[in-house]
Amino acid sequence: MGDDATATGGTADLAVVDPVAVDPAGTARRSVGTPLRSVWRATWPKLLAITLFITAWQLVVLTGWRPPYALPGPPTVARELWDLVLVDPKFWPALVTTLRRAAVGFLFAATVGTVLGIAVARSRVLRAGVGSLITGLQTMPSITWFPLAILLFGISETAITFVVVLGAAPSIANGILSGIDHVPPAFTRLGAVLGAGGWRLYRYVVLPAALPSYVAGLNQGWAFAWRSLMAGELLVIVASRPSVGSRLSFSQEFGNAPQLIAYMLVILVVGMLADTAFTASARRMRSRRGLASD
Amino acid sequence: MTLTIPFRPSAPGPTAPDPTAPGSTAPSPATLARGEVRLDGVTKVFGRGASATTVLADVDLRVAPGEFLAVVGPSGCGKSTMLSLVAGLDRPTSGTVGTGGKTAFMFQDATLLPWLTAAQNVALALRLRGVPRGERGDLTRSLLERVRLGSHADRRPHELSGGMRQRVALARVLAQDAPVVLMDEPLGALDAMTRDRMHDEIERVWAEAGLTVLFVTHNVREAVRLGDRVVLMGSSPGRIVTSRPIELPRPRRLDSAGVAELAAELTAELREEGARRGG
Repeated sequence: MGDDATATGGTADLAVVDPVAVDPAGTARRSVGTPLRSVWRATWPKLLAITLFITAWQLVVLTGWRPPYALPGPPTVARELWDLVLVDPKFWPALVTTLRRAAVGFLFAATVGTVLGIAVARSRVLRAGVGSLITGLQTMPSITWFPLAILLFGISETAITFVVVLGAAPSIANGILSGIDHVPPAFTRLGAVLGAGGWRLYRYVVLPAALPSYVAGLNQGWAFAWRSLMAGELLVIVASRPSVGSRLSFSQEFGNAPQLIAYMLVILVVGMLADTAFTASARRMRSRRGLASD
Repeated sequence: MTLTIPFRPSAPGPTAPDPTAPGSTAPSPATLARGEVRLDGVTKVFGRGASATTVLADVDLRVAPGEFLAVVGPSGCGKSTMLSLVAGLDRPTSGTVGTGGKTAFMFQDATLLPWLTAAQNVALALRLRGVPRGERGDLTRSLLERVRLGSHADRRPHELSGGMRQRVALARVLAQDAPVVLMDEPLGALDAMTRDRMHDEIERVWAEAGLTVLFVTHNVREAVRLGDRVVLMGSSPGRIVTSRPIELPRPRRLDSAGVAELAAELTAELREEGARRGG
């Protein structure tokens, strides 16, 4: 292992260096391989899983369990997906509308959830009052909010945003709340010793310590936002504004099964990309703090 | 067992710590010199009523400016509580605590913030002390040089060994620029070799900076190795049993005959005290 030697060689003054220090530095560097190889190591199991899934799907189609107009095979859907992305004039506007709604709703939810989480963490009254309500809201299926949202705001963007925020904010609030609650007492003590009180304690000690839990909350909040949004777009179809949900709904009404499945794949891919981004940032943060389980 | 707790109303005295400003126990300069520490009749009781425990009973202690005071005692003798009181992290139930100037604190585990590098951990102390941004970089670098960690400034705590982490904590203590430094068993978790090296390091920094140090440990030899004076504490309730100046010339070695002999003497004294208390 060549990289071991370089790690040890870097620690200059042998008279001062603790012998134990050599190892942590070594392990920290050993985990870094060539980027290409690590990408491949992460990718091949996924490729294998996708191949197996497509094969199984094709086999089911071949058995004739359902007629092809209800359950088309992978090649038909692939061709449809290709057309959708490259030819269909409605696809990109629909995707942009949906992603914009997701972004707006998520940012709103993040703001509300963050403020709410910090407020509940800081105030005993608020904690007693709404602490358990937040968890209650979190378990409530967001689709049940739509009838009320439509009554309140009509068939509109606002109705969709309202439900997306209600779906995502509780998870985000809970994430930051549990992060703050689990800050090691030693850190708060250190803050006091260094003379950080009030908001400075939050700014320099409590919030950074709560960050991993906050990011986990954001990740879960995103998942809820995305689900609520898809439910909303199927129910609340705003006229002359195509979205991924409304296209999905139309595909079903017009009996266009290949397009329906193609849109579902798009929804899946968007969700996975967002999750990958969250997971990557969480992992980077954990490894910087020496928490990486690898 | 009934304990008589000598109660003294704690109101008078300009030396009472301000609990809202930890580390800045405001003494009146007329009574306390910079770097001086004074405890008068300090009693600390945790809990109330039947479950009340007297952790410290009527402790009087004076530490001279620039003195290295080692505090030894069995666990539960209230030595850590005493440090918290001096740091202003907690208030005495009765009695007064005063320090001449601010206090800095070094914890048992280094307590470095894991999301910051070694340099950033030190710089945070500077920042919270109000050192302007422009000066922090150079000052951080020179502090890390002083504990001989200049080449590890950008490492994160988990990439450092236990000894290195404590050296960063030592640099952070220096960054607090307080005349009084409180150390709560800072070397407890280190292996013998690293511990030995840290003794030299702490002694050197103490001498260079002219600090007053209160060093709490349960290791009698360590106390004799480091202290100008060793205070022995007994438990239930926590109190000072004896105070002994250490006149061995510096630099001392942990394994020297003089240190071993004195340590054995003090250990015997501690044991005797424990036996007398029926412990």
